[in-house]
Amino acid sequence: MPESTLATFAVKRLEIIAPDGTADDSLVPDLSGDELRRVYYLLLLTRTYDGRALALQREGRIGTYPSVLGQEAAQVGSAYAIHERDWVFPSFREMGVHLTLGYPAHQLFQYWGGDERGLRTPDGMNIFPICVSVGTHIPHAAGAALAAKIRGDRIAVVAYFGDGATSKGDFHEGFNLAGVRGLPTVFICQNNQWAISVPLSSQTASRTLAQKAVAYGFDGIQVDGNDVLAVYRATREALEKARNGGGPTFIECLTYRMSDHTTADDAGRYRPPEEVEKWRERDPILRYERFLAKRGLWNEDYAAEMQGKAEGEIDEAVRRYEAVPPPEPGEMFDFACGELSARQRQQRENVRE
Amino acid sequence: MPQLNMVQAINLALREEMARDDRVVILGEDVGRDGGVFRVTEGLFDQFGPERVVDTPLAESAIVGAAVGMAAYGLRPVAEIQFMGFIYPAMDQLFAHAARIRTRSRGRFTAPLVVRTPYGAGIKAPELHEESTEALFCQMPGVKVVVPSGPANAKGLLTAAIRDPDPVLFLEPTRLYRMIKEEVPEGEYTLPLGKARIARPGSAVTVVAWGSMLQRVMKAVEGYDAEVIDPMTLSPFDWETLLNSVRKTGRLVIVHEAPLTGGLGAEIAATVAEEAILHLRGPVIRVAGPDVPVPLAKLIDHYLPSPERIRAALDEVLQY
Repeated sequence: MPESTLATFAVKRLEIIAPDGTADDSLVPDLSGDELRRVYYLLLLTRTYDGRALALQREGRIGTYPSVLGQEAAQVGSAYAIHERDWVFPSFREMGVHLTLGYPAHQLFQYWGGDERGLRTPDGMNIFPICVSVGTHIPHAAGAALAAKIRGDRIAVVAYFGDGATSKGDFHEGFNLAGVRGLPTVFICQNNQWAISVPLSSQTASRTLAQKAVAYGFDGIQVDGNDVLAVYRATREALEKARNGGGPTFIECLTYRMSDHTTADDAGRYRPPEEVEKWRERDPILRYERFLAKRGLWNEDYAAEMQGKAEGEIDEAVRRYEAVPPPEPGEMFDFACGELSARQRQQRENVRE
Repeated sequence: MPQLNMVQAINLALREEMARDDRVVILGEDVGRDGGVFRVTEGLFDQFGPERVVDTPLAESAIVGAAVGMAAYGLRPVAEIQFMGFIYPAMDQLFAHAARIRTRSRGRFTAPLVVRTPYGAGIKAPELHEESTEALFCQMPGVKVVVPSGPANAKGLLTAAIRDPDPVLFLEPTRLYRMIKEEVPEGEYTLPLGKARIARPGSAVTVVAWGSMLQRVMKAVEGYDAEVIDPMTLSPFDWETLLNSVRKTGRLVIVHEAPLTGGLGAEIAATVAEEAILHLRGPVIRVAGPDVPVPLAKLIDHYLPSPERIRAALDEVLQY
């Protein structure tokens, strides 16, 4: 009997805005001028928030902090497509997603400042708390999507994670469950190419991360993670597909971690500076400014005005954060469980004294 | 009232709760079409359909992780881990997430889920099918640990566990699945979690045991003036019932099949030493499994606390 081929695969890559700001008009999403400018503001807001967080950490006003520098487009572009009724399961480096979805900036400072109250998602927002144990929230997203499917709710469930997470068992278990059950999930990987000091080439032998979805029975696409419109377009399509019963999609946003893993890390120990400089030329905000300028939506004055507005918003968030009185010791018991045991109640008394 | 064994009692609890509350969803390996490898979920797939009884892929971490997501979304998942020896991949999900989502989110999200699993030794099964590592789970705040000792309390406790607003690990003593038949109430019947029962009143010595060891202890104490306490919930433990008993008898023997070192008996002994030492006439004695991995069938009877070892402990402590 002759050999037969049972399966082949192909992985597409989406790019819309060229480095010089020109764009393929057939691919530019149908966003109004105001919406395009709103995306720009969110990019600036994310970068401003991030820079301020680094400064606060240096001054001891927040604790260890993971920078999102360079990843603004991957975060803002994708989050901008998410609807209020969708559910979002972030990892720990998604501040641009949080800000785009309207999560209070002062609460982000609170969390990174060591105050758990920062992690209390406001009512009405379907954003699960930050996940520190890498990749373990991927099955959560699958479970929520399974529940939504059982309930007949036409929503999408989004999980964000990095390149390192694609090596974790829970990534595979969660993807497999989503694939075999056709769950309404959109998995977004911010492939910033470094897991602390481990480069992508040591993380996986796969040519792309996107192709890992193929094994689980659904599509994976790679997008230029520094191209905010490409990220937006791919995410919007995947979300609509999920809401309409089309099953999961995996979006790999190829980007770059411009800063250290966290403020406790020194990437200079393991990364060549030339590599970082190469990616500085591909800065997502710079590229988008060129795109907007070509459409008459941006100039230096406008940029300065928006930057000033972002600084004001972050100033206010810092002020709000530092105006919050520290938690009371007894508060560590407040939500430990639904009803404290007698022993826990005694311990709470001891802690209060 | 029907006479049911533990498998039937648990099946009845699940069936009634699923009928009463459409948020209750079962998930796990082989729980659907096959009705579970011990037949605990038999008939539920036919009655409630594949969206209420979900046959999952072979992935324990994802089973519990998905349950976390389902619970966050508003369902009441009852996840099955096929044997306690296979729960270890899911400990990350239980400890890093289920146990702490309420506190991390300041109450905004909770995890009202149950993880059921066959527990304990004595069915001559292969490796990892006879584990009793309950103490590891009792150490994690935010997870409740419940062990029924008979068909009736299995139904009452599981119903309460499903209705509990927080994660509950429900350990089903495999050896007891079909060993005992007794009257089990149909319809609305719950037992409170965190409350022990006095299985047998007495005044000369207190004996604490759970799971299939409780049954073994009830036989071993015949002829002794022993008060036997069945905690039913290991975490949170009912200290009041235990301490009242020890203050009355002045003697304590703890029996658990789990390995001695770091077992829950250590926590019980420490608590008694802190809060009732002046009432003790002699040492607290623990009759437990040795500190080795559970052996296979040919040696299991030398591993488990035997009636002889239990009576030897009673004899020793009664000398004081």
